[in-house]
Amino acid sequence: MTALPRRPVKFLLNGIETTVDPDRADITLLNWLRQDRGMTGSKEGCAEGDCGACSVVLARRDDKGTISHQAANACILFLPMIDGLSVTTVEGIAGPDGVLHPVQDAMVTHHGSQCGFCTPGFILSLFAGWRQGMAWQRAEIEELLAGNLCRCTGYGPIVTAALSLADVAPPEWDSGRQEAEKNWLKAHNKTDLNTGEEQPFIAPTTRSDLSHAIADHPQYQIIAGATDIGLWVTKQHRKMDGFISVMQVEDLAKIKETKDHFIIPAGVSHAEAHSKLAADYPPLDALWQRFGSAQVRASGTVCGNIANGSPIGDLAPAFLALGADLTLQHRDETRVLPIDQFFLGYQKQDRKQGEWLAEVTLPKLATDEKFYALKISRRFDQDISAVMGAFCLKTDGGKITNIRIGFGGMAAIPSRAPKTEQALLGHDLTQPIDAELDASLTAALDQDFTPIDDVRASQAYRQHMAKNLLIKALLAGASDAPNADMLAGFSDQTKAILETNMGAAE
Amino acid sequence: MTDHTTPISTSIPHDSAVLHVTGGARYVDDLPMPKNGLVIVPGLSTVASGVITSLDLDDVRASDGIVAVLTAKDIPGVNDVSPVFGDDPMLTEREISYHGQIIYAVVAESVTAARDAMVKAKIEINEIPAILTIDDALSKDNLLAKPWQIASGDAANAIAQAPRQVKGVIYVGGQEHFYLEGQAALAIPEEQGQISIHVSSQHPTEIQHKVAEVLGVANHLVQVEVRRMGGGFGGKESQGNHPACLTALAAHITGRPVKMVYDRDDDMKITGKRHDIRIDYHAGFDDDGKILGVEFDQALRCGMSFDLSKAVAERAVMHADNAYSIPHMKITSRLCKTNTPSNTAFRGFGGPQGMMGIERVIDHIAHDLKVDPLTIRQKNFYPDHSSPIHGKTPYGQVVNDSIINDLTNRLVVDSDYHRRRQAIQDYNATSSYFRRGIALTPVKFGISFNKTMLNQAGALVHVYTDGSVMLNHGGTEMGQGLFTKIKQITASAFGLSPRHIRTTPTHTGKVPNTSATAASSGTDLNGMAAWRAAVTIRDRMAEHLGHLYQLPPEDIIFADDHVHMKDEKITFAEAANLCWQGRVSLSSTGYYATPDIHWDPEKGQGQPFYYYAYGAAVTEVMVDLMTGESRLLQVDILHDAGASINPAIDLGQIEGGYIQGMGWLTMEELVYGDDGHLLTHAPSTYKIPACSDRPLRSSIKLYPSTGNLSATIGKSKAVGEPPFMLGMSAFFALSDAIGYNQDRYPSLDAPATAERLYMTAYRQRGNNALD
Repeated sequence: MTALPRRPVKFLLNGIETTVDPDRADITLLNWLRQDRGMTGSKEGCAEGDCGACSVVLARRDDKGTISHQAANACILFLPMIDGLSVTTVEGIAGPDGVLHPVQDAMVTHHGSQCGFCTPGFILSLFAGWRQGMAWQRAEIEELLAGNLCRCTGYGPIVTAALSLADVAPPEWDSGRQEAEKNWLKAHNKTDLNTGEEQPFIAPTTRSDLSHAIADHPQYQIIAGATDIGLWVTKQHRKMDGFISVMQVEDLAKIKETKDHFIIPAGVSHAEAHSKLAADYPPLDALWQRFGSAQVRASGTVCGNIANGSPIGDLAPAFLALGADLTLQHRDETRVLPIDQFFLGYQKQDRKQGEWLAEVTLPKLATDEKFYALKISRRFDQDISAVMGAFCLKTDGGKITNIRIGFGGMAAIPSRAPKTEQALLGHDLTQPIDAELDASLTAALDQDFTPIDDVRASQAYRQHMAKNLLIKALLAGASDAPNADMLAGFSDQTKAILETNMGAAE
Repeated sequence: MTDHTTPISTSIPHDSAVLHVTGGARYVDDLPMPKNGLVIVPGLSTVASGVITSLDLDDVRASDGIVAVLTAKDIPGVNDVSPVFGDDPMLTEREISYHGQIIYAVVAESVTAARDAMVKAKIEINEIPAILTIDDALSKDNLLAKPWQIASGDAANAIAQAPRQVKGVIYVGGQEHFYLEGQAALAIPEEQGQISIHVSSQHPTEIQHKVAEVLGVANHLVQVEVRRMGGGFGGKESQGNHPACLTALAAHITGRPVKMVYDRDDDMKITGKRHDIRIDYHAGFDDDGKILGVEFDQALRCGMSFDLSKAVAERAVMHADNAYSIPHMKITSRLCKTNTPSNTAFRGFGGPQGMMGIERVIDHIAHDLKVDPLTIRQKNFYPDHSSPIHGKTPYGQVVNDSIINDLTNRLVVDSDYHRRRQAIQDYNATSSYFRRGIALTPVKFGISFNKTMLNQAGALVHVYTDGSVMLNHGGTEMGQGLFTKIKQITASAFGLSPRHIRTTPTHTGKVPNTSATAASSGTDLNGMAAWRAAVTIRDRMAEHLGHLYQLPPEDIIFADDHVHMKDEKITFAEAANLCWQGRVSLSSTGYYATPDIHWDPEKGQGQPFYYYAYGAAVTEVMVDLMTGESRLLQVDILHDAGASINPAIDLGQIEGGYIQGMGWLTMEELVYGDDGHLLTHAPSTYKIPACSDRPLRSSIKLYPSTGNLSATIGKSKAVGEPPFMLGMSAFFALSDAIGYNQDRYPSLDAPATAERLYMTAYRQRGNNALD
């Protein structure tokens, strides 16, 4: 293909059209705001997308014209990634003459800030909720704010501030701003991007151009949401030759549905996949609710989570259990690979030079299939798994006729558990799990996996959890529970407990 | 006329709230960089123990954008950034004491230039086996000082004679401060050898002293300003010395402004944390649960140097009794020296660690007697102040202000404790995978710096002729609302609304020789100093106005933004202008030193605390026995803030403290590799509580106090640290949950992560987790 014409990055910044021609593509949005523009309201707390102090809100328009607003971590977003988007920072929230926006006013009124360093990030997450038209219920507030850490308040006053927004009508100037933003986004279609003199960033708008660009520049890093690659730069101080982004191709940003499958192309974010697939895979709904944070899910992609080959990536075990297929593309050629053949070794995948992961194809669950996905981590929200287990059981009159098990955190790669699967074939779910079965599962898992001790868990705990998660899945399967994780069981139980506790407090 | 004990109680928002929500609040890294500004990136050791045999930084120096590379040889004064003992080299010259220690500092045009250059450093280190853990240090007798002991009565004998005994060990992990703003300093060279420092520090005076020592100049050449910190929690009491001194040295050498901001990973690797502790305990008690004697052996991991460890260990010893009157106690304290970062102040300053020992003992006793731990707690509380007899602490202070019995009784009713305890029993009897647990834990926390001399403060107040007031004091704002409270105090002295008061950044040029804003004392000390400064001016004004209006000064009333003279009133601004015209000084300093306290560290006896702050919390939890995952269901807190100056701010401290304390004991885990490398050096691996980790239901209330029995400002009580220890209730609720119906005491260590809860329950049940 011919090289894309060079042009600067163009976006809306707090309502003002802005163009930048960066020398290097890996300058982060946060550093650009703070250092080049002197806009120091957005803070750096961790430079790895874990604390949310740098949160900004990105507005984008899809091909149907729908505008979405999502918070993102500016510390791991490279500047060219915001091309064509509308960016709001904490400096752009208040109204004319400095009148506070309702989300700001609520935080002041309810004493939502103490040291104030995390506050701009919270304001932006709340602002994203505000633009999304959130109903401001406690559960969704917690999900909205999971990616914003506060060390002072204990979050109570912030949640109270958020709850208070349910009754607030938008001021006229706020609606006006939203309208102007919408008009700008409407007037700006995605166009090919080629920027960065010293370190290029190429983002074609067609799948074919993208594929050829990747093949033409094998030394360039393929990039989507940069929720991992961002850290290569900010933490490992790596210098990439250049980047090729999949995110400018509109066709890659939407999930396609066939009779038996969902097809998830390379540009689909976790947030998009979550909203489209939640109903069909309830365990994935629960998993995505605690996958990263709202910021990470808005930027990170499903295919990126698979392609980076992390041994602890949460979707890989789930997709192993579901029997997903991967479509790899080289120029205009594609090949399909069952996902369990993709992971070859630690950070090594069956992906040839110039090839890219274009799609994940997910089979729909059959009526005789039960699917469970269970995650153990030190913290419930926004934490990397110590062990992640996913289980798909096909049954006939209680008997397991087929089973696929995917584990993360148990080996150098996300992996099936062949011996364990074998041991369970023919098992009758309606029968109790006796000592004999228990022992055979332990033995099979020992053959399948030799996990390691690391910062997240010990070898022994991992081994125990692999078995206990499996047992949970078998128990859930026996009782026809839709979900086997603690959250589901826990919410049912706690609801009743808190009801009986009511009246005690307050 | 109001006096200093008149309560001031309004929940005005934080002084900087509007700046916080608009992004207008400036932290050190947000200050506009002066022209020609440079940055520093530190070069850290990647071994825990050893001797540098060769340090070749020539290629670093020769790289693009590098202006200077600093090593120990460049220091004109003293190579030390320690707060007290002189044992923290700014740039280590020979000896490597921990993984993360700063060996050299690159002064560069940009952070990227520095990072790119630093890969060219050639450092050879002769490694020496490192001592990393408490047990390691104990077995090798590697202590910073000889063991220290406090005893009351004859604990050994009392335990031996007691009808029943428990004995055990608890390990409690450390804690990273995780202030959201990393350590940061900006040094600007001025004329005649002066230097100005902007720094994120709780202790500007110490920064001033350390910079002067490092540069080898007099204190008056160094000016230090602190506007605000993005969180401190004790982590910026001494740890700001390092970046401040490095920037000062770099500015001194290059003649250019220099900024240093630790990135998160460097910050977590370089700086000290909360001390982890091992407590060995042995207690004797009777069949009713009355504790007769306790022996504690506390071993704290101090890291490679003293820092503030001696005082931290002292406070741990002085809180080994928590809220309990125990006739015979012996507490031994060991300061373990290890090849890890030098542990430092952290909210509670050893107090939380000390209390964990006695709360563990009570939990263990209750398990032994098969009774609710609450009954053991209530049996052993110090009597309330209204009681005819008062208890005495092991260090000799009479506890004559206790309210813990009344406070606990109220909380038991408010939280419906006994009915919920029964409901939990019933639930656990039928549940196979989930267990619930509940615990009520009390807090009695001593208020004052252990070191008597530190209990002093100053303030400076100016009234301008338009009636506006400028306030400065020695305290620093780290989010705790100090500036807001002191503004309220000053406003109340003048009868003004707080908007008339402007608080200026803390500055060594305005109030000298200050103590750190620490030990929860910020409002008690600085508030009183500011009050006195304001009242000095007010009294002068009253005298002058009395003269003008022919009234005795006590008839001149300052209220409602006005000055009232019987039937007449004028605005405060008019009054200020009249006084200026009458040549009355409208500026004053104020000074305060806490009365009635004394302490003999040699004997371990005295009255070190001006008063105690009290509180209690009930937490209910649920544990999944198959995985060890846990959740907080409900918390009920009743906490004593005396006559609160700002109830909203105090409630914020209480809730935030509780969550931080809960995080310390449940999910926050510092993991060091075998090579002494801190593996959890970023939020990806070190998990502080997130929003959803709050209890599903919270009820947080102030104890209905009639005011502090000691004569504090507005009869208020310190509230910074005490609520942190309310988090203990979460830990003991978890212990309760996994201990249900088990003969063997679970002996849970902290933090009670999912893995630790699971493994503890698994071992306790004879290796059958679901027994």
